[in-house]
Amino acid sequence: MSTKPKIGFYWCASCGGCEESVVDLAEDVLMVTGAVDIIFWPCAMDFKKADIEAMPDKSIVATLLNGAIRSSEQEEMAHLLRRKSQVLIAYGSCAHTGGIPSLANQFTREQIMKFVYEDAPTMVNDQKTHPQPHSRDNGHELEIPVLRNVVRALDQVVDVDYYIPGCPPTPKLLKEAVLALLSGKLPPKGTVLAPDHAVCQECLRNDSKPQDISLTEFKRPHEIIADPEKCLLAQGLACMGPATRGGCDAVCIKGNMPCTGCFGPVSRVHDHGAKILSYLASTAAGKEEDEISATLAGIPDPVGTFYRYGLAKCLLRGKVS
Amino acid sequence: MKTKTNGEARIGFYVCHCGTNIAGVVNVAAVAEYAGKLPGVVVSRDYKYMCSDPGQELIQTDIKEHNLNRVVVASCSPLLHEHTFRTACEKGGLNPFCFQMVNIREHDSWVHDPGDPATEKAKALVRAAVKRVALHKPLEVKRTRIHPDVLVVGGGIAGIQAALTLANGSQNVYLVEREPTIGGHMAKFDKTFPTLDCAACILTPKMSAVAAHPNIKLWTYSEVVKVDGFVGNYKVQVRRNPRYVNEELCVGCAKCVDACVYKEEKFEDEFNEGLAKRKPVYLPFPQATPPVVVFDPDACIQLKTGKCKKSCLEACDRDAIIFDQKPETKEIEVGTIILATGFRTFDAGRLPQYGYGTLPNVYTSLQIERMVNASGPTDGHIMLKDGSKPKAVGIIHCIGSRDNRTNRWCSRVCCMYSMKLAHLIKQHTGAEVFNFYIDIRAPGKGYEEFYEKLQEEGVHFIRGRVAEVADWPLTKEEEGKLIIRVEDTLAGFVRRIPVDMVVLATGLEPQPDAQEVRRLFNISCSTEGWFLERHPKLAPVSTFTDGIFIAGCCQGPKDIPDTVAQAGAAAGEALSLINAGFIELEPNTSYVVADDCSGCKTCIPLCPYNAISRDEEKKKAVINEAICKGCGVCVAACPSGSIVQNLFTDDEIFSEIEAVLG
Repeated sequence: MSTKPKIGFYWCASCGGCEESVVDLAEDVLMVTGAVDIIFWPCAMDFKKADIEAMPDKSIVATLLNGAIRSSEQEEMAHLLRRKSQVLIAYGSCAHTGGIPSLANQFTREQIMKFVYEDAPTMVNDQKTHPQPHSRDNGHELEIPVLRNVVRALDQVVDVDYYIPGCPPTPKLLKEAVLALLSGKLPPKGTVLAPDHAVCQECLRNDSKPQDISLTEFKRPHEIIADPEKCLLAQGLACMGPATRGGCDAVCIKGNMPCTGCFGPVSRVHDHGAKILSYLASTAAGKEEDEISATLAGIPDPVGTFYRYGLAKCLLRGKVS
Repeated sequence: MKTKTNGEARIGFYVCHCGTNIAGVVNVAAVAEYAGKLPGVVVSRDYKYMCSDPGQELIQTDIKEHNLNRVVVASCSPLLHEHTFRTACEKGGLNPFCFQMVNIREHDSWVHDPGDPATEKAKALVRAAVKRVALHKPLEVKRTRIHPDVLVVGGGIAGIQAALTLANGSQNVYLVEREPTIGGHMAKFDKTFPTLDCAACILTPKMSAVAAHPNIKLWTYSEVVKVDGFVGNYKVQVRRNPRYVNEELCVGCAKCVDACVYKEEKFEDEFNEGLAKRKPVYLPFPQATPPVVVFDPDACIQLKTGKCKKSCLEACDRDAIIFDQKPETKEIEVGTIILATGFRTFDAGRLPQYGYGTLPNVYTSLQIERMVNASGPTDGHIMLKDGSKPKAVGIIHCIGSRDNRTNRWCSRVCCMYSMKLAHLIKQHTGAEVFNFYIDIRAPGKGYEEFYEKLQEEGVHFIRGRVAEVADWPLTKEEEGKLIIRVEDTLAGFVRRIPVDMVVLATGLEPQPDAQEVRRLFNISCSTEGWFLERHPKLAPVSTFTDGIFIAGCCQGPKDIPDTVAQAGAAAGEALSLINAGFIELEPNTSYVVADDCSGCKTCIPLCPYNAISRDEEKKKAVINEAICKGCGVCVAACPSGSIVQNLFTDDEIFSEIEAVLG
């Protein structure tokens, strides 16, 4: 049996982009596979839950788990992998801060089920049939996972050792994390494995930002052709760079798109969306209510803009029935 | 200073009865007992009056005997006694900022009924303070020195009075005035109410004193363009606009005015409210201070085209005229600033029903002031357009004032100056004078008596807001007259009163550039545009910016006695700071953690005190602690949580919230 350290990958409520980011390591993936044994990766390799259950506790050196936790099944897997792993890493925005799936916390579970199974324009369901956790079909007992009340980040369900932020994380961060794991040079538990400063510090357009930008309107990326040299916020695009953890080398801004906040806040900020709201509001030029309203009309989905990746971590949490 | 803050928190807790103010509602013994069980609390007591000497000594003794390193007092508002208890802590050998005060009087006993809920609320507030105080760090009070020089902005009676008071007290004063001469509105008046002193007789000696005072640097025709710094250390830029004359050489002989190629006065004379004309080169009025002529660049042919035979140059035997004079910017350092930028009068043309600008012989009150002034455009004769004396004059009060459509405020001086003008008009012309008023406001010393005197003189007072001044007669008597239509609310019917002349008692308004001036000096305005005092009763000449004071009508309409009193008060406040030599700065300021700052610049424009700048080399924000007032705006806005405020760190605030909720 190989003596190489055992590494696991798992996904919960996620889109698959995090799995893709492992492949984005390109030739470095060979370095990873050379150095470790991947013992679990449902997306790419055929292992079963039972294989993991059969392993002794703490026998996996590290599991990188992506995706938020919504269902009972995801919760169960999170607990299982926690038990079997020495180090559990929340990988990517959804596991780190709830990610886009946690925007569902704006609605109750019942509202969501009703919309999806009854009211959605593409739904034909005269019987108003909803999925049931337990049912019988042709004499067979069927069981499916249930949805919990809210979408949670991984550390709201199990103890998490480290976080790798990003939607998805960049190959550079993944590589650094793996190297740190292999060398045993790990920072204190609970650390986000990315720098603790905001994106602006890495942004090549920082100097072009005027001190006082006093915006009278916000624009959405499809509405303008942004100047590729100038600060995007100064051009009216709601860039989250000032309030978002760096480490991405301002990669979206290099692509002439504003930062949407996927790395989450820096360690000093308690509520990412509230912080974004607070700083963006302070750039608005208007002082009267109607002027402010006119400016904010350029942000038609405030929650989806400010809490795009982190509603699960909002101090207000989610809506519960 | 000895600071005992090492190791674990050892907290002393004290709850004050405040007589029965607190103890009558909150069970203070139960609060003390509860607090005694909270983590870190080693002493917990209740006492009748914590602010009394024995109360304070209790704290000092306990600090020593129980080796306390934190103190919490639950009593009244920190506004009243935070300083008292901080001092008590300091006397006991503790850093005064290792103290937290809980307000269980205004926030609890005064707003709730006696009983358990009030006691439970007190316990929750105490829980929060005890949890937070453990996180307090020792802080140091810093001092900043006060530069002894003072800037006074505005050379009306307020600015003149303030400048003279300071200069007589041996301070160096810069007096900056936008117009070519000091004197302001008062210089335009003939007499002052209610004593009927000659305005010039009491004002011009002060103007001359300003010009001659060795401690006053007088800069007229000049404007403040930039203000940097903070209390005690302001750096101010003043732009001296070119008057095209060497001020040192010109003596105001006006030979150049006589020699000007324009033989006739052709240009509107601002000083005489448009009732007279002047030449391109002029002295605003005979007692103008400094007595230096000024060239109007929009009128002078040489300045406009460069092609004039310049007879003025030849006439000047002191070679004082400089046609290529350029604006000059002076930079000065001062410790305190007094703003006395005055007011403007309401534009009577905004109320077309009163005929100003459309009907002949409708004048504003300031125009009549000029007309009745012996050095005015009519040599002191009150006359109609045709040169004849009016036989009947109507004075309409409250023009633009006390009206939701224009200005809601009472301008305070119009009733009195209207009565003064009524007296003067009657005295000069013997005309029948009608005052149309809403209410007579005569609350000053000798004012009501003046009102009585006017009634005895036979001046008519008709109570009612005038509907219209019209020129369409209904009867033969009304032909050729201005007819004032008014509801006489005392007589109870609508009247038509024909007069020859109408005087509109225009109200007072903030200067049109009050907002720009306010921003320049970083002070606040009321919604109307008057500069905002720090407290309407107890700090009437202070502003929310330390070291900047206000005097006169820039703060709100007022008469000359009140203006002079305010100017003296503002000078006194400045002197108080100067004599102290330094001020202590509250340490609840903010600072940027340079390692954390991403250099995003969000905070810089938000600071209401301009305390934040950018270190261009390190690309980080820097806060000047001496300017910071601890408002917390930057802390809230900093997108990366890189700004921390002393006494209001996130940990302190969150621990308080958790404890209150827990």
